[in-house]
Amino acid sequence: MAKVLIENLYKIYPAEKGRPEKVAVDNANFEIQDREFMVLVGPSGCGKTTTLRMVAGLEEISRGAIYIDGKKINEIPPKDRDIAMVFQNYALYPHMSVYRNMAFGLELRGVPKEEIRRRVDSAAKTLGLLEPDNLLERKPKALSGGQRQRVALGRAIVREPKAFLFDEPLSNLDAKMRVETRTEISRLHRQLASTMIYVTHDQTEAMTMADRIVVMRYGKVQQIAAPLDLYHQPANLFVAGFIGSPPMNFFTGILTASRQGTLEFVEKVPAGQTPFRCPLSAETSRRLSSRQDREVILGLRPEHLHPNSLTSGVTLLASVEVVEPMGAETFVYLRTGGHACICRTTQGEFMDLEGKKLNLGPDLSRAVFFDPETELAIPI
Amino acid sequence: MNPTRSSVPWFSRVALILLGVLFLLPFFWMVSTSLKPLNETMKLPPQWLPSSPQWNNYPNAMQAMGPFWLYARNSLLLAFLNVVGTVFSSAFVAYGFSRLDWRGRDGCFFVLLATMMIPFPVVMVPIYGLFRALGWIGTFQPLWVPAFLAGAFNVFLLRQFFLSIPRDLSEAARIDGCSEFRIFWQIILPLAKPALLTVALFQFMATWNDFLGPLIFLARENQYTLALGLQALQGTISGTPWHHLMAASTLVLLPVLVLFFFTQRTFIRGIATTGLK
Repeated sequence: MAKVLIENLYKIYPAEKGRPEKVAVDNANFEIQDREFMVLVGPSGCGKTTTLRMVAGLEEISRGAIYIDGKKINEIPPKDRDIAMVFQNYALYPHMSVYRNMAFGLELRGVPKEEIRRRVDSAAKTLGLLEPDNLLERKPKALSGGQRQRVALGRAIVREPKAFLFDEPLSNLDAKMRVETRTEISRLHRQLASTMIYVTHDQTEAMTMADRIVVMRYGKVQQIAAPLDLYHQPANLFVAGFIGSPPMNFFTGILTASRQGTLEFVEKVPAGQTPFRCPLSAETSRRLSSRQDREVILGLRPEHLHPNSLTSGVTLLASVEVVEPMGAETFVYLRTGGHACICRTTQGEFMDLEGKKLNLGPDLSRAVFFDPETELAIPI
Repeated sequence: MNPTRSSVPWFSRVALILLGVLFLLPFFWMVSTSLKPLNETMKLPPQWLPSSPQWNNYPNAMQAMGPFWLYARNSLLLAFLNVVGTVFSSAFVAYGFSRLDWRGRDGCFFVLLATMMIPFPVVMVPIYGLFRALGWIGTFQPLWVPAFLAGAFNVFLLRQFFLSIPRDLSEAARIDGCSEFRIFWQIILPLAKPALLTVALFQFMATWNDFLGPLIFLARENQYTLALGLQALQGTISGTPWHHLMAASTLVLLPVLVLFFFTQRTFIRGIATTGLK
């Protein structure tokens, strides 16, 4: 098992054929602890896969260094890094049987045949490749998508590597299979107690599987934190909007002094519209006092907007545009004077509310404020 | 998905049948003439089928050609060497052009493709000069050694095929511990079987049917190939014995035909890359 250190890492694709230079990874710095499940998440082109490929040795490092267990691996070829990788499209050898696919890496390393058989059988048993049907002698083309992905996992497991790398391994599976395999990988992580680096663009996968998450955008690391810390204390507007489904609601407004001597958030609305006003607590007002009369962005998770609530003493009148009943909960898409927002509730299905007005009570104790210029969260 | 019989419209089927008949006609005429007596070969109006099949035309044609089996052996030997040489050298070069990144790769590939535009008669004389300088005239070498130096068309064909094999496979193999040569040998080549067979068949047909090469570079009759041997039946003093010429041509064509029938499934099958998405 291994600790992976990524230090001042850059990947720069030089200008070529009229294309400008592209910085795919821009000074990434983070450490993955031994036995940690670290997820790199971000939208397409954010540099997460490039970072993973540099750890695997499939991509040259432009600047910076990667260490595995304290050993710099920049110049070490992939086969000698003692890592195993699971690819997005499985990358099983189509002309080899499942057994051969799993055994191939071990054969190349000169592992004795009996040991190969033992490891493959053990991995196959763990992954359910032996029952109800023994899949070991089948070719990949005779397997379903889920079975192929399990073989790809098996190929990685039998190697007993220092670290597992996953490159969006669930993207090609259907929704049901994705949830099943997600659980399977989490179970494997607990069972193998190994270091895992997992790349995905799906924040649900990141939230449910990770010990810690690295959020990336435009090649830069935005925030590194445990899933719930990311959710409740996003470092900036991007993380706040990217993590969480449905995403956080944002309201632009100005902090003004109220009659009670505290601050009040006044929504910025087009002329003729009525803004909603939220008086802030004394404590929050004190912490945000330097921002008085300046513009801020108020962030509220959809579950922190309570429909028909009068408990907080603040109400936000919004017109209901769409209602999406999900069974256990309901998403209500609304529009206030100046902003679109989403309310997530378990207090009813609200099917008859489309086109009508709804009173929302924002839970301001869970609000996050952002600076509109730097987009960074304002500590409160 | 394969089109089912009912999904092909009737006019397409009729057009395909007519085209098929048109293409088969010369072949049918060759086989039919090979079984006719000489006086029926040039009859007007043409006689489609022999009045009574002359099976003897075949042994007689082989006898008239000279040492038929020796020619066949020479043809087979050259075809074998050419197929082996072309398949391996072209695959090697195509791998370099498709799956390795190196400076100037695309420029070199363009130059290689440009060599396809030069017809053989243009380079015939300099090549002859080269082989004469090497002392290879009158030997088999000029007819098989160049095959080990990869041909532009085959490299192009294989390169396109290799490009269609996902890079993830090479990368998975690299992480598994494969060297570049092992990736080529154990991963890419087995997956490229249909393309390699196509190249092999093309090369076999080209060598088997090559007339000009053996004519220029071979000197002694015992080195002749079947294609060259066929000319013994053409333009003899007593005129061309068409029935023998067609019988010999049918015999010469037979291996190509058999080979094609055995390998045609590979051409239409396509590659099973279903280990991927």
